[in-house]
Amino acid sequence: MKILVPIAKVPDTTSKIAFIDNNTKFNADGVTFIMNPTDEWYALVRAIELKEKQGGEVVVIHVGGADADQIIRKALAIGADKAVRVDADPTDAYFVAVQIAEHAKTENYDLIITGKETIDYNSFEITGMLAELLDMPAVALVSKLEVENGVATLKRDVEGGTETVEVKLPLVVGAEKDLALARIPNMKGIMSARTKPLAVVPATGADKLTNIVSYALPVKAKECKYVSPDNVGELVRLLHEEAKVI
Amino acid sequence: MAVLSFVEVADGKIKKASVEAAYYGSKVAESLGTDSIALVIGEAGADVLAALGQVGVKKVVQANNAKFNSFDSKVYTKIVAEAVAQSGATVVVLSFNNNGKLLAPRLSVKLKAGYVPGAVELPVFNGNTAIVKKNVFSGKASAQYQVATDVKVISVNPNSLAPVKGAGVAEVMQVIPTTVTDADFGVVVKSVDKITGTVPLTEAELVVSAGRGLKGPENWGMIEELAKEMGAATACSRPVSDVDWRPHHEHVGQTGLTIRPNLYIAVGISGAIQHLAGVNGSKVIVVINTDPEAPFFKAADYGIVGDAFQVVPALIQEYKKFKAAH
Ligand SMILES: Cc1cc2nc3c(=O)[nH]c(=O)nc-3n(C[C@H](O)[C@H](O)[C@H](O)COP(=O)(O)OP(=O)(O)OC[C@H]3O[C@@H](n4cnc5c(N)ncnc54)[C@H](O)[C@@H]3O)c2cc1C
Repeated sequence: MKILVPIAKVPDTTSKIAFIDNNTKFNADGVTFIMNPTDEWYALVRAIELKEKQGGEVVVIHVGGADADQIIRKALAIGADKAVRVDADPTDAYFVAVQIAEHAKTENYDLIITGKETIDYNSFEITGMLAELLDMPAVALVSKLEVENGVATLKRDVEGGTETVEVKLPLVVGAEKDLALARIPNMKGIMSARTKPLAVVPATGADKLTNIVSYALPVKAKECKYVSPDNVGELVRLLHEEAKVI
Repeated sequence: MAVLSFVEVADGKIKKASVEAAYYGSKVAESLGTDSIALVIGEAGADVLAALGQVGVKKVVQANNAKFNSFDSKVYTKIVAEAVAQSGATVVVLSFNNNGKLLAPRLSVKLKAGYVPGAVELPVFNGNTAIVKKNVFSGKASAQYQVATDVKVISVNPNSLAPVKGAGVAEVMQVIPTTVTDADFGVVVKSVDKITGTVPLTEAELVVSAGRGLKGPENWGMIEELAKEMGAATACSRPVSDVDWRPHHEHVGQTGLTIRPNLYIAVGISGAIQHLAGVNGSKVIVVINTDPEAPFFKAADYGIVGDAFQVVPALIQEYKKFKAAH
């Protein structure tokens, strides 16, 4: 089974969020970048588990500059077999999806497993865009994935519960918590990652459909209004009369 | 020209998130001087559909075939794209809910339309260009997205705007023709496991949540009682679901669900940044914690520095009094 896992590079969750150039650009100064958590913990690890059980190959793909090579090497250390980096500035989600789709079209993958939304733009775009570009079925928010005889059985979140569905491969999957147990790269993995293939390929031209014109931080931190623990009725009154939420 | 909103039905009723999307669509139509049309997939009574007029929908078109009752993003994409072509819609509005998160980006590709995921405000138009605000970095900042494509797709962050209901009645149209064939279906539903008897967390307006401060699973009775009194859903912090004090589907935060209720009451939760990532879009946050230094107070609108085992039972009593009086 051939599995492709797209990985994104995002600022670490504890990063200070600030903007420069008149609030048009994220300030990356002093920020540590990591692999998007759901890409790493769930999508990548489940892909590796499936390969370990059934044979095949796991390829990771990233669209971005050479500064992401560290993250790509980490994916290889965790257990991916090879990597592709499309050398381009990821201008918007559509551009990124087109790059990944162009690669996928040449390789006949059985499965493409993405993470959930990235923790920077919280956009949840790549899973659906890839599926449409490749004209494949897609299932998102997947917390369980088994494959047998070319058919995937998946558990997906629906409002107020879960559904178990079956889909014939090839298929695009969006991973959710519980799909796999995160792995930490071991020494052997780290050593072998150094020699695993990382192909750097040029980008395909693609339109940019959206443009971020500015960013803003919340106007001001909330001011907490304190209520005495001996006067809980006051909280109920405030929620009703002032906040108007009950 | 028209604005088309995509509306989902569950158990014969319009999903709350879809009512918001339809309302958003109507507001956009109003600002563009055009009609608000809703496309409903799934079965609902004519009166339920006509009631979409209350949020400004002029016309309801339907695609209800029993086979459409389960979500297949590829099939739905085809149906919505056909409805866009038939109505000449230039803006398509969906909810940024479970299905919208897959359907909207697919539509963006199919229609070659710029897409804004999770809008939190109405767009501002300048000619053919729309500027739409969305939250980024898990609610720690916002961004203005510019879209200038002929067709635009916008998904609306749940609970971002409260629909104002009027007295309108929508015209319910015939089922629209579609070219969907059996070959388009790829996703076969084998079983459904719904958590019954409780409010689904992502649809809930009120949420009562508790963390490690409650000491053990045996102490959740008062949290459930408060939630039941208020008609609220229950949630929890990650460590609590990790050790199985609470079920996993209640876990909110960066690695769990992202929710945006009108009211989030956090009991015995410290307010770690990864927890806040899932809840700081809530309209009003109440924090109950023994530690005045707990970071959650910085994100709170109302706070009580006190012991949950004293405050929560008192809150239940006070809420009962309030309910009796209103
Ligand atoms: C990568 C990563 C991802 C994570 N994702 C998530 C996530 O999605 N969701 C999440 O929740 N966490 C997540 N975490 C964990 C997070 O960092 C915190 O550890 C966690 O949220 C703390 O849970 P808590 O507030 O219940 O417990 P604690 O931090 O132990 O806080 C308990 C609180 O209860 C208070 N308390 C104690 N006794 C009482 C009492 N009698 N009455 C009232 N208050 C009392 C204490 O003062 C304290 O503030 C993640 C961590 C990492 C590293």
